[in-house]
Amino acid sequence: MLLIDCPYCGPRAEIEFAYGGEAHIVRPAADVSEAEWEAFLYLRDNTKGVLAERWRHSHGCGRFFNALRDTRTDRFLAFYEIGTPRPETGEAA
Amino acid sequence: MSGVFRLAGRGRIDPSRPVAFRFDGRLIRGYAGDTVASALLAEGRHLMGRSFKYHRPRGPVSAGSDEPNALIGVGEGGRYTPNLRATQVEIHDGLVAVSQNRAPSLRFDIGALNTLAAPLLPAGFYYKTFMWPRGFWDKVYEPLIRRAAGLGRAPEAPDPDHYALHYAHCDVLVAGGGPAGLAAALAAGRMGARVILCDENAEFGGSLLADAYSRIDGLTAMDWVARMVAELERLPNVQLLTRCSAFHYGPHNMVALNQRLTDHLAMPPADMPRERIWQVRAREVVLAAGALERALVFEGNDRPGIMLASAARTYLHRYGVACGRKAVVVTADDAAYRVALDLAEAGVKIAAIADLRPVPGGTLVEAARARGIRILPATTIQRAHGHLRVTGAELAPVGEGGAVGKGRAVACDLVLMSGGFTPSLHLHSQARGALRFDDALGVYLPGEAIERVRSAGACRGVFALDAVLRDGVAAGLAAAGGENGPEWRVTRQDAPGTGGFAGALPRRGPGHLALAFVDFQNDVTAKDVKLAVREGFRSIEHVKRYTTTGMATDQGKGSNVNALAIVSNVLGRRPEEIGLTTYRPPYTPVTFGAFAGHARGDQFDPLRLPPMDGWARARGAVFEDVGQWRRARYFPRAGEDMAAAVARECRAVRSAAGIFDASTLGKIEVAGPDAAEFMNRFYVNAWTKLGVGKCRYGLVCRDSGFVYDDGVVGRIAADRFHVTTTTGGAAGVLNMMEDYLQTEWADLDVWLTSVTEQWAVIALQGPRAREILAPLVDGLDISAASMPHMTLREGSIGGVPMRLFRVSFTGELGYEINVPSGQARAVWDRVWQAGAACGLTPYGTEAMHVLRAEKGYLIVGQETDGTMTPGDVGCGWAVSKVKPDFIGKRALALPAMNAPDRLQMVGVLTDDPLSMLEEGMQLVAAAHIPAPTSAEGHVTSSYFSPALGRSIALAMVKGGRGRMGTGLYAPCLDGPPLKVTLVDPVFYDPEGARLNG
Repeated sequence: MLLIDCPYCGPRAEIEFAYGGEAHIVRPAADVSEAEWEAFLYLRDNTKGVLAERWRHSHGCGRFFNALRDTRTDRFLAFYEIGTPRPETGEAA
Repeated sequence: MSGVFRLAGRGRIDPSRPVAFRFDGRLIRGYAGDTVASALLAEGRHLMGRSFKYHRPRGPVSAGSDEPNALIGVGEGGRYTPNLRATQVEIHDGLVAVSQNRAPSLRFDIGALNTLAAPLLPAGFYYKTFMWPRGFWDKVYEPLIRRAAGLGRAPEAPDPDHYALHYAHCDVLVAGGGPAGLAAALAAGRMGARVILCDENAEFGGSLLADAYSRIDGLTAMDWVARMVAELERLPNVQLLTRCSAFHYGPHNMVALNQRLTDHLAMPPADMPRERIWQVRAREVVLAAGALERALVFEGNDRPGIMLASAARTYLHRYGVACGRKAVVVTADDAAYRVALDLAEAGVKIAAIADLRPVPGGTLVEAARARGIRILPATTIQRAHGHLRVTGAELAPVGEGGAVGKGRAVACDLVLMSGGFTPSLHLHSQARGALRFDDALGVYLPGEAIERVRSAGACRGVFALDAVLRDGVAAGLAAAGGENGPEWRVTRQDAPGTGGFAGALPRRGPGHLALAFVDFQNDVTAKDVKLAVREGFRSIEHVKRYTTTGMATDQGKGSNVNALAIVSNVLGRRPEEIGLTTYRPPYTPVTFGAFAGHARGDQFDPLRLPPMDGWARARGAVFEDVGQWRRARYFPRAGEDMAAAVARECRAVRSAAGIFDASTLGKIEVAGPDAAEFMNRFYVNAWTKLGVGKCRYGLVCRDSGFVYDDGVVGRIAADRFHVTTTTGGAAGVLNMMEDYLQTEWADLDVWLTSVTEQWAVIALQGPRAREILAPLVDGLDISAASMPHMTLREGSIGGVPMRLFRVSFTGELGYEINVPSGQARAVWDRVWQAGAACGLTPYGTEAMHVLRAEKGYLIVGQETDGTMTPGDVGCGWAVSKVKPDFIGKRALALPAMNAPDRLQMVGVLTDDPLSMLEEGMQLVAAAHIPAPTSAEGHVTSSYFSPALGRSIALAMVKGGRGRMGTGLYAPCLDGPPLKVTLVDPVFYDPEGARLNG
């Protein structure tokens, strides 16, 4: 069970959280091409390495936030607020 | 002393406390401290079980949790537990144990005929044999295989015990309480760190409990253990857990322990859980898991009386049991010489030590020689003789280049084997630590770790006792962040073993019929592994799955390294090029009860009860589960079945009035200056023009354009909406709202609050609903003119605050009275009393479904399946054409979302009005089409309609709205297909006159 450091509440066990998928997926305006909309809906990187992802502290403060996690090791490199840029970690994505 | 093989004055059992238990019905006597295996061995009995595939007679190979053979069933009734290792089951008075996998008896087993058929049962036998004829699988092959397979039987009664779950945090978790673990725990404990030390055995000490030779600070190993445990017990920051296995290593240092609390007690306290799962979040973990001795792979190596050398030493020193009278030792390692010396000193005759190494030497070898034990260098064991017990060993010389010479038989009743020691890497590997092959030791050792974990002692290839203690201290200090730790002087110890062997022993001749077992528990032989490689399996993971080696409940503890070496030899590649199969949790089997913990019976899942649950129960309602909610399905009167009750309830709603507890509806308050804009973006509908006091049916899509949820929304104020959702969709809709609000539309100033539990909903539906309600609402004008359909009013009902919605899910004049849940029952009672004179009738979820289907109202999740657009389900009118954006807008413009042959919601009538369709039935174009064919659609809802006096159904049909009046067929499993006609989905009052009444 992961130990997740909610930026608002501190470290809590994974059972308090809901996973929110890949982060920094920008929802396009309603006039984009079909291909762009398809990419927004369905295309994800499936990263092996450092992934920016969303979590919601659903059984806590209810807030969404972002995290950088190495999918090979489950190690978290950073937790940061929604709307802020992906932190530089010096590790390859 | 009872037991002719018991040696007075030896072992850690308590001779003053005799214990009697039953094994296969026979009374067996042992002593406190015995296991089932040690007590049986004390009687000279090795035969304890039959094997999985060939039903071969088997006895214990080990003395611990790695035991693959001596698997027994323990307990009676609901407490029966199968497949327990006799080497770990502690005896107590009244214990009942049985052998497994035998019929009619352990000594004579009919299934053992499988051994004769062994040449016909090679690796992959099932895959190869049971292919044809295809129809045989269900009726012939599978039942046969199912009956033959498996070890113990499953218990038949509910488990009467209870199980606990405990979360714990610590600075240092030490897994394993042998010399390295004790040293690590003490080093960390003295630093003041919060330490948890666990060990799977009944007492701490590990290998030291079987070590009568070593001396630490002048103490025997066992006395030193006692001193260490005593000091650890005095430290308030150290928690000691025995009978507690660390079986799973999860991410971020969450380690699961399984503590067995009562199985070893004759009279456990009634309130004590049988087992407890510990979920330990440790800042640092020290693995001191030790090493397991490897079996040797030779013909007949599974005969009872053949065991690991270290096991015989454990039985001698821990249980005071000699495992035989005359032993042959076969070894590739020095440690077995110590075993031979100990046994010889205890009076067991050592017929010979066959050493695979050409020139064994060193202190231990010399000591054995000095004692007069016959040592045969460069000698292998060709085969073992005997059936229910080993009677002899055929020892043969191994010449230059591995050629095996002619063997000679040596009589014995015990064969001890040692292929060297395999470090236990399971937890390190589960922690996703890397493994590295050590050429000098010929085994894998822990490599770089990802978690904050370190291994100490034998599990990382450190074997000499003084080095093990230093390693443990170093690990404990590093974990606790200290520099000065305890020091002990090892004054006597054996030098660590050198040598070791992995793979199948060399043999003379081809041995086509030889059964040399690699994996005892799954009956996998060396031949099976070789065959798998010859048939083209190269990856060790594939060999494992094809042969099932390492896939038994022992997880390949004793077999993986031998299987790897065999594959390595056949392929001519080094072991590290082949790799190792993944270590999977659990390290040792864990009972289902322990995993379930308290989450069973009525504690399995929270039960949500709507406010009128008590009223409904008192009325004799029949209930159904809707998610976590328990809802009244119908209210039968005496003599009524479900159909009669539902028909009566429906008629009452259509002719007079019905009352229904709709409190389970999801409710969300959307409030804030930007509430209307939020609603515009979230729903497909337009909200800007919805006036205060008005309601609108709202539809939610995903950004994929597919319908997600629906519900009536009322505007309480310019900046406040009362949103309802489906019962099952409440949490999901709120989560989706929060998601968009927090991550996409941070510009909006809106607050979302779940009010599902705060507002109870009393639905009052039917032509006389207004008549019943009007006198109750305090000064509120609810006339048709003042309060038309789809409006809401705030007010009070008998002084109770109320939000009154005029809405209908039945097609009749109707109200949904929202009142605070705590006062809902009182309001319900008042409405109920007021309605008595008007024929007010309670109705349940079933009548609600029928009534809505008569009106063609969809239920999200019943008509929709996550691939339906609003247009598909006849709600295209709800989708705003003018809003610049909303969730789903772009996707709904995709061509595929508007294709004419999409499934569309239609009504379906069977040509025979009394025939009933089944929900899920497929609809096809012609009465007789040979299968397989593609469906034109499928039935989503089907009921008998009391209002129409006939069956009705809703269906999703390709291009359905353009096919009104045409026919389709519903194939039936039993009988001819049913002819149906497609119609408008609104079966009743299509003009809506009643609704607006």
